[in-house]
Amino acid sequence: MLNFTAMTYAIGPELWLVSAGLVGVLLGALMKDAFNGISFKFGALALFGAAAIAAMFYVGGEAFNGLVRTNTFVNFAKIVAFVIGGLALVMSEGFMKRHGTARYEYALLTIFAALGMGMILSAADLMTLYMGVETLSLSSYVLAAFHRDSARSSEAGLKYFVLGALASGMLLYGASLVYGFTGTTSFEGIAGSDMSIGMMFGMVLMIVGLAFKISAAPMHVWTPDVYEGAPTPVGAFFSSAPKMASIVVFANIMFQVFGEAMDQWQLIVAIIAGLSMIIGSFGALTQTNIKRLLGYSSIANVGYALVAVAAGPQLGAGPLLIFMTIYAISSLGLFAGVLAMRRPGGMVEGINELGGLMRKRPALAIALSILVWSVSGLPPFGGFFGKLAVFQAGIEAGLIPLTIILVVASVVSLGYYLRLIKIMWFDEPTERFETIDGSVTLVVMASALIAGILFMFFIYQLGWWTDQAALGLGA
Amino acid sequence: MGGFPILSALTFMPLVGAMLIMLVRAATSGSSSVSEASTSGRTALLAGLVISGATFIASIAAFSAFDYGHSGYQLVEQYPWYKSITYKLGVDGLSMSLILLTTFLTPICLLASWNSINTRVTEYVVAFLVLETFMIGVFTAMDLVLFYIFFEAGLIPMFLIIGIWGGKDKIYAAFKFFLYTLLGSLLMLVAVVYMYVAAGSSDFEVLEKFKFAPEVQIWLWLAFVASFAVKLPMWPVHTWLPDAHVQAPTAGSVVLAGVLLKMGGYGFLRFSLPMFPDASHFFQPWMFALAVAAIVYTSLVAWRQTDMKKLIAYSSVAHMGFVTLGVFSFNEIGIQGAIFQMLSHGLISGALFLIVGVVYDRMHTREIAAYGGLVHRMPVYATLFMLFTMANVGLPGTSGFIGEILTMVGGFQASTWAAAGAALGVIFSAVYMLTLYRRTVFGEITNPELNDIKDMNWIELICIVPLALLTILFGIAPNLIFNLTEASALRILSMMAGG
Repeated sequence: MLNFTAMTYAIGPELWLVSAGLVGVLLGALMKDAFNGISFKFGALALFGAAAIAAMFYVGGEAFNGLVRTNTFVNFAKIVAFVIGGLALVMSEGFMKRHGTARYEYALLTIFAALGMGMILSAADLMTLYMGVETLSLSSYVLAAFHRDSARSSEAGLKYFVLGALASGMLLYGASLVYGFTGTTSFEGIAGSDMSIGMMFGMVLMIVGLAFKISAAPMHVWTPDVYEGAPTPVGAFFSSAPKMASIVVFANIMFQVFGEAMDQWQLIVAIIAGLSMIIGSFGALTQTNIKRLLGYSSIANVGYALVAVAAGPQLGAGPLLIFMTIYAISSLGLFAGVLAMRRPGGMVEGINELGGLMRKRPALAIALSILVWSVSGLPPFGGFFGKLAVFQAGIEAGLIPLTIILVVASVVSLGYYLRLIKIMWFDEPTERFETIDGSVTLVVMASALIAGILFMFFIYQLGWWTDQAALGLGA
Repeated sequence: MGGFPILSALTFMPLVGAMLIMLVRAATSGSSSVSEASTSGRTALLAGLVISGATFIASIAAFSAFDYGHSGYQLVEQYPWYKSITYKLGVDGLSMSLILLTTFLTPICLLASWNSINTRVTEYVVAFLVLETFMIGVFTAMDLVLFYIFFEAGLIPMFLIIGIWGGKDKIYAAFKFFLYTLLGSLLMLVAVVYMYVAAGSSDFEVLEKFKFAPEVQIWLWLAFVASFAVKLPMWPVHTWLPDAHVQAPTAGSVVLAGVLLKMGGYGFLRFSLPMFPDASHFFQPWMFALAVAAIVYTSLVAWRQTDMKKLIAYSSVAHMGFVTLGVFSFNEIGIQGAIFQMLSHGLISGALFLIVGVVYDRMHTREIAAYGGLVHRMPVYATLFMLFTMANVGLPGTSGFIGEILTMVGGFQASTWAAAGAALGVIFSAVYMLTLYRRTVFGEITNPELNDIKDMNWIELICIVPLALLTILFGIAPNLIFNLTEASALRILSMMAGG
């Protein structure tokens, strides 16, 4: 007795993605290499379509006897994650073509990763959650190792896989403890149970497993290596779409499953947040590879987002969505900026090779500078409002020490953000950059325009949307 | 409310102009041989002059709509922005006077760059116009978060101006300037968010009526002063200023001394006094001590300088000490004097940096020892230099005198010792300024390269003469400013008294 309408409301986007993925597999089998060319557009279309479906059934619903349940909070994250994932796919094409690896598997893996993101966001049961996490993770491992002829890419994939499997094990162990002590795997049932010491252990183990997935300290060590080794567009994808989804899932689980036990987990999340901010911002100071630097910067930004989680559902849910939306867009843009810079010998990855970008490619340099300022949280750009929202949530929740760490980490992180600006604006040009495909430049410009400029003016609207979305939590 | 949003237009006019210049540049780029590049640079400078000139006219228009008798905020515009943060602009006498100073100095800065800036001119003009928007925005913002945004955003163009067009150690100076100011500002941000959460609004008028508990005030006051003291700058957090001034291009120094430093004094008058009156009273002796320390110590330091720009930079710190003294005297005469001193210092120190720039463009050194006997070759220059030397010393008849005497009178009513210490600074200022003047202008020409130095050209005269005229005008008729700022000064005092 399947109620199709209810199912569409609950997991419409995932149904669409799974169909698109299977069609893609079929097309790949039938058309062979002929599919490679259009597969990127196919995949992007699938993701944009999923976002549109999520927007159509924004209010969400429940299906499969409560195994999945969606609300506006997770649907907001779904829309953002799918759109950004689609954009990441669009801008990958040129890069993969140049490296002779523009294979349709790449697009299909992205679709399946998106399916995983959708599933973890929809999950209302530990079983669904774990299946979603694995779908996302397995696709990600393969994506990281996609350049199988390159030692760095294979190393990144392997590293990610070994550590990721460990984290999945932790998550699973935690989930079984929780199940063992509450007798149920449904989120609602767990939320209704009394906190016991065994369940607490389970909760902590689950936090550890999830912290790995969102690359929060001290489970962050894989991040810089994987970001550096994986093909650049894959790094762009990792740092934006799945990050948005996983952090919202983290928040969702804390708020909805362990909402009653906030006293117990608030300190843990606060410590993770503080460590991530400190390690991320100090770690980035000495980096010379721009992709590693962005890896550390993403650790620090996860820390800022976790401040909102630690502030609790009433205060933190809306700010979390604002912050992560702006961050995910900016992060995609920054990676696109790395993609956009190529010199005859290969890709530009060393920071110093950005020298004098302002003289050579002023439009790109200005867009990148806006993104850097925005991510660093300096006014007047959009990123400032993201940080302001998180900051305010922290102060309202009384987490004063954490907000002070946030301020200090922001100053430290400006040390390396300013260095990027300095190299781009002050230094003499090193080499001539080649012109690159328009889609990448477009993504840089668009994300600078949206995350940096538009959200500055329309932050009121974004704040309204996210607040409305946060109401979906029923908190 | 209603009507033409003249303050928004005024604030964002330079920014829109900057964008137009960038668009035109993007449309015409591609053909960039050296000679064409320099013509397009001149065109950009000309466009910048037109835009900043139009902004000046707009500020005059706003000024003509300004009502002297009204003590609250005028020409208010308010729109919702994000949650309870609003986009609110408005002016009172205090901010109006500083806006006029800003819009007056910016075209002069651009004109002064006509011959001295030869690389990346378009970007230079854009940076200056963007900076002007943020400076005006600081003075028109009537919402705490909006104020913070303008206050902090101004760092970006200034960082670029020092870092790209500066002197030998420009990178060091730019980073020092940025990180010093930023650390102070972020502490202020903590206080800003706290106030906004506590009062439920970041509107100035709401916050002015909101009474913070005295023990909370202490912390908020400290956080705000951390930012304003760096900006002003006060001793002992002034060390970024000499570096920034020395390395910045001439126009950068002018705008730094002329306007950016005034944001610190403005912040004291706008926030510290009316919003945290108890804490201000509590810290008054400390502020006096720091003000006197700044006046005496930096005057002595200035005396020993061998670099002309550094000398004037230290003299700026000393003169801003008078502002602190006047502000924290908590009486009408002191506050009026402080505002006057800010405006007068904006004119005089701006002019002095231009004066140094004139010989620097010719000789490419700022060492005092490299000069001497300029009067024989540059009589017009020597005359104008004399005028501003005297104004900086505080000679009666110049605006410098009015500012110093009033802040000292105000300070005297609050603390005799503070005023006595400050008076010492007046003597020292005569010592270092006259030494500077004697060693560069008088005497025989010792440096043979000076033999064929040319006197000021008409561009430099156009830059400096208006400043000279205003310095004398305000020295003779200070009421032009006092009438404008009186209502604001009285309002600040009444808010301090709990009104």
